[in-house]
Amino acid sequence: MIHKYHDKIALDIIHQVGAKPEMLVQILRAFVVKFSYISESAIRLIAKELNLSRAEIHGTVSFYHDFRTTKAGETVIKICQAEACQAMGSRQLTAHAEKVLDVKLHGTSENNAYSLEPIYCLGNCACSPAVMIGEKVYGKVDTKKFNQIVGFKE
Amino acid sequence: MNTSTKIFIPRDTASISMGGDEVASKIEEIAQKEKKEVTIIRNGSWGMSWLEPLIEIEIEGHRVAYGPISETDVIDLFEADFLNGGSHPLKLGNTNDIAYLKNQQRWTFRRCGLINPVSIEDYIQNRGFSGLEIALQKGSSHVIKELEKSGLRGRGGAGFPTAIKWQTVTNAEGDQKYIACNADEGDSGTFSDRILMESDPLALIEGMTIAGLTVGANKGYIYLRSEYPIAHEILASAIKTAREHNWLGKDIQASGFDFEIDIHIGGGSYVCGEETAMLESLEGKAGMIRFKPPLPALEGLFGKPTVVNNVVTLASVPDIIDQGGSAYSAYGVNRSKGTLAFQLSGNVKQGGLVEIAFGITLRDLIEKWGGGTASGKPVYAVQVGGPLGAYFPDSLLDTPLDYEAFAAKDGMVGHGGVVVFDDTADMAIQARFAMEFCSIESCGKCTPCRIGSIRGVEVIDRIINNEHREKNMDLLSDLCETMIDGSLCAMGGMTPFPVKSALQYFPEDFKPENK
Ligand SMILES: Cc1cc2nc3c(=O)[nH]c(=O)nc-3n(C[C@H](O)[C@H](O)[C@H](O)COP(=O)(O)O)c2cc1C
Ligand code: SF4
Ligand code: FES
Repeated sequence: MIHKYHDKIALDIIHQVGAKPEMLVQILRAFVVKFSYISESAIRLIAKELNLSRAEIHGTVSFYHDFRTTKAGETVIKICQAEACQAMGSRQLTAHAEKVLDVKLHGTSENNAYSLEPIYCLGNCACSPAVMIGEKVYGKVDTKKFNQIVGFKE
Repeated sequence: MNTSTKIFIPRDTASISMGGDEVASKIEEIAQKEKKEVTIIRNGSWGMSWLEPLIEIEIEGHRVAYGPISETDVIDLFEADFLNGGSHPLKLGNTNDIAYLKNQQRWTFRRCGLINPVSIEDYIQNRGFSGLEIALQKGSSHVIKELEKSGLRGRGGAGFPTAIKWQTVTNAEGDQKYIACNADEGDSGTFSDRILMESDPLALIEGMTIAGLTVGANKGYIYLRSEYPIAHEILASAIKTAREHNWLGKDIQASGFDFEIDIHIGGGSYVCGEETAMLESLEGKAGMIRFKPPLPALEGLFGKPTVVNNVVTLASVPDIIDQGGSAYSAYGVNRSKGTLAFQLSGNVKQGGLVEIAFGITLRDLIEKWGGGTASGKPVYAVQVGGPLGAYFPDSLLDTPLDYEAFAAKDGMVGHGGVVVFDDTADMAIQARFAMEFCSIESCGKCTPCRIGSIRGVEVIDRIINNEHREKNMDLLSDLCETMIDGSLCAMGGMTPFPVKSALQYFPEDFKPENK
């Protein structure tokens, strides 16, 4: 479940994970899991608690693909764009997803229901194409299975 | 008859991605309704991913397999009396007799599928911790001697001899040393680390502990990619169980040796699989590549001597110590000793994990195990070794899987991923993707990689659009050479290999009349 950002929850997370610079990546990850993104207030708080500059935190945040700085849609759908999935039609699947969800890859739909993201390999290559929704992985996803898992009615 | 029937249903990503959890609940539900006593065990995967969910029933000490099972097959299975091995179109016979599995040479993956991954009892019953016990008795020099005999080379991609790495860290001066397990498994088309961690995580824990004991480190980290939530859960509970049974923690089995393992999760960055970037990330920073030297073996995590090894490398060690190095080096060819867990995927009928001695040809692997393409069309191109590996055409499929034999053809065995494409693939588009991927994942430290890859995409686009074709073809070749020569690490330095191979072996895909 995604929570609205709150300094108090954030502070708890920082101290649970460990308020040390070496835990920064782990803290950012925990924030994304909890709040879906890293907000400016989050960066300010982490900087203070870890005794790092905000610029340093920004540098780390922007380096990693997982650490988004804008709020994600309620459902985050990641479609594998790597080679084994390409070989089984992930490009066509992605085009289909963009159409039925009315959202471009990297984008979030207008009603904030979906974010569609690329991902590069889910380790499910023998059951390609692979899709991840939240933390759940789906294999051999054709357009029919896609519609079914996102609840799209033809 | 009141005894409970044991049913095995893998708790593995592939199985779950194909409905394994739903199958398990359905079986439970119907068994309850029909008053049948069943015990469901969530085992690991045998690696026959194309048959997942592959469920097994234990009958008189044998395991009878059915697969792939979907939720809707479950009623049928009960009607067919599968609990007593009844016949059904999806019955596969005894698991041990399935050719795909039977013809492998399982070493590192021998317990995968067999056991409950988080059961210490299962693990020990199948010779788990025997390697560590020997290491505790005989000490560091014995371990390194056996590793040397085994010929084990790093399974993460670079193929560096493990014995030499461990010896270097053993000899290094340091008040603190670390074991850093690389579980970033970023290469597309690879999933052997995942299967090992989900199906036999204690083997990795044992391997890391032996590494710690050998080099004098009491702290280990597993750097696990964020894309593997199930592996994370299973690893975490295996670590907890190991601690509870004193196979981790203080004074392990009253030996006086302490060892702890923490898991760190990555941030979705491919380049963080490169060892120095991984160390930066473990220190909480952006995953920028470090200059080498100093080697991580001498100045690694927090500047301390550090063993960085891949999951499969580490998990191969316990049996090498238990069975002896020469038992391992009896497998394999030339300088590629032992076995490798190849991973078959993409457009292939029977994708999965095939652990076998080095030396088998790519064609044998694709035909005998893979069963050809999933689409039934001809095999067109095969990418081995992840996104930085070359694309091989049919004429190179007889190359034996051997580090040096592949290198001689400008290819790479790497982490053992084999991705098959049928003849609908467009290799100009695949070449473009190689450059694009590099531009997305580049750490940005050097220009040939950071800028070169962006240029690479543009130049390939122009070639595809037939703009100044000849000039842009030359430009692309020059660009590839610049990236190979001027990049600090293999991200920029090897991205040209898939590109060049596409140009060399599939030139017709770059021609305007074929667009
Ligand atoms: C761009 C890049 C990505 C890499 N990704 C991984 C990876 O995901 N897993 C891995 O074990 N090694 C990876 N490596 C290789 C590591 O740098 C290193 O050689 C390896 O972890 C050493 O362990 P080994 O000797 O057991 O193979 C990568 C290398 C490069 C250049
Ligand atoms: S080659 Fe690319 S990834 Fe490697 S150090 Fe240079 S910029 Fe970074
Ligand atoms: S390439 Fe898509 S899951 Fe591995």
